[in-house]
Amino acid sequence: MLCQACGKKTATTHIKTVVNGKLTEYHLCSDCAQQKGYGDLFSNWGMDFGNLLGGFIGNGFPSPKTTCCPTCGASFEEITQSGKIGCADCYKTFREQLLPVIQRIHGTSRHKGKVPGGSALRISGGQHQMMPVKESPLEEKKRLLKQAIETQDFETAAVLRDEIKEMENHG
Amino acid sequence: MDELKKWYEKAGSCSDVVCSTRVRLARNLRQFPFPTRATDKQREAVEEKVKEALLSGNSILSREFRFIPLESASEEEAVSLVERHIVSPEFISDRRGKAVLISEDESISIMINEEDHLRIQVLKEGLSLKEAAETADRIDTLLSETLDFAYDPEFGYLTQCPTNLGTGMRASVMLHLPALTENGAMPRISSNLSKLGLTLRGTYGEGSKIVGALYQLSNQITLGLSENEAIENLRSITAQLMEEERKARSQMSENIGWRDKIDRAAGILKTARVLSSSEFMELLSYIRIGLSTGVLQGVAIEELIALMVNVQPATLMAKAGKQLDENQRDVLRATMARELCAKIKE
Repeated sequence: MLCQACGKKTATTHIKTVVNGKLTEYHLCSDCAQQKGYGDLFSNWGMDFGNLLGGFIGNGFPSPKTTCCPTCGASFEEITQSGKIGCADCYKTFREQLLPVIQRIHGTSRHKGKVPGGSALRISGGQHQMMPVKESPLEEKKRLLKQAIETQDFETAAVLRDEIKEMENHG
Repeated sequence: MDELKKWYEKAGSCSDVVCSTRVRLARNLRQFPFPTRATDKQREAVEEKVKEALLSGNSILSREFRFIPLESASEEEAVSLVERHIVSPEFISDRRGKAVLISEDESISIMINEEDHLRIQVLKEGLSLKEAAETADRIDTLLSETLDFAYDPEFGYLTQCPTNLGTGMRASVMLHLPALTENGAMPRISSNLSKLGLTLRGTYGEGSKIVGALYQLSNQITLGLSENEAIENLRSITAQLMEEERKARSQMSENIGWRDKIDRAAGILKTARVLSSSEFMELLSYIRIGLSTGVLQGVAIEELIALMVNVQPATLMAKAGKQLDENQRDVLRATMARELCAKIKE
């Protein structure tokens, strides 16, 4: 497809936007996209991604083209071309090749933050009943600690303090 | 009438500068390929699972949410979802196997089969990053009780695009910065922000134009920073931008040209018979600043925000319940603006 603005180069940036109540799609080449202010990280993503990976493959990494993800069938070539990962297992299959790219994007490759199931909501009520509670287990302990200190129940407070410390270290 | 107010019909904290706050989480189901690679059948299965996790009888959230399969939505309804910031323009371009769950006040929505299997989104009026993040977190945890989310101890939550890896969290604030726009400070600010790992964009996200001095500021990095750190970072930069904007406003208040623009905008909105969407947005920007600085009175910020949402083309048509051509929309928009702005006093 040719660029809709200059009609000369191949369109590589596809923009979907709402203009006057209608969904409109534009197909632009990278130069025209840049000119019209669409040249942010995301529109160039496919390109950067390919370039980044191209560089690494050239540096003696085993050619990834031969392998496909056993779960979804995506090849590494398909991934670099679309800039989209095929499935969760692709991150395992192509870990080595993806690692430098991920580091380039985020400056690191180590997740920090939420772990599934370990957060501010607990399901209580038993009998498979899902009931979000107002406070997390940690919040509850902190509230009880405050109460214990207020009522000068230092024995309970000490136990709670240790439990909170333990939870925060693992959180 | 005890009609429930939509989130965008309220004014929040710091509403002189911050219009709204948005937090969204990207999540995927482990057992299915990501949406681009999933078959129609697999997308349907994802839709079914998410719907069930949220709407099944024993979830207390079930009463709060409406399920809208996009394939059966009309064009106006679909575009109106974009105008109300419930879904992205990307989301409605190809509607196969896509659906959205929306809470009653429209502040919480879950897009199914967008770029990721789930996009949990929380919208709040004004500056409310912590609350929005907390709500999104709780919805996520509730869903994770029944859904198996793709997660890797090193990369965090796995997403179709590696730019969302880690927390999968994108938080943003919509800022009204007319004074900084007017005095030409925005290019400098924008380039500084990118060095801090934040991005500044137009109202409707990626690649959209700046309309009516409205900007969207969001975090760029999702891996290596915890949700709390990312939120705190965004909050403190937003606070600095608010300060700068307020300073610029007070410097401008002496300026007769600036005052002239505000009063003229009020004059036009009080009397115009035909108003295009873009002219309306430009003028509304001046009314908003006039009201926030006390130059204009008589209309509350939340009334202005509701008007802004309701006069957008597809939302106008969805409310009118029929197709309107551009001219009819411009007339209806002008009528609604006149009605509200008649209350404005200088």
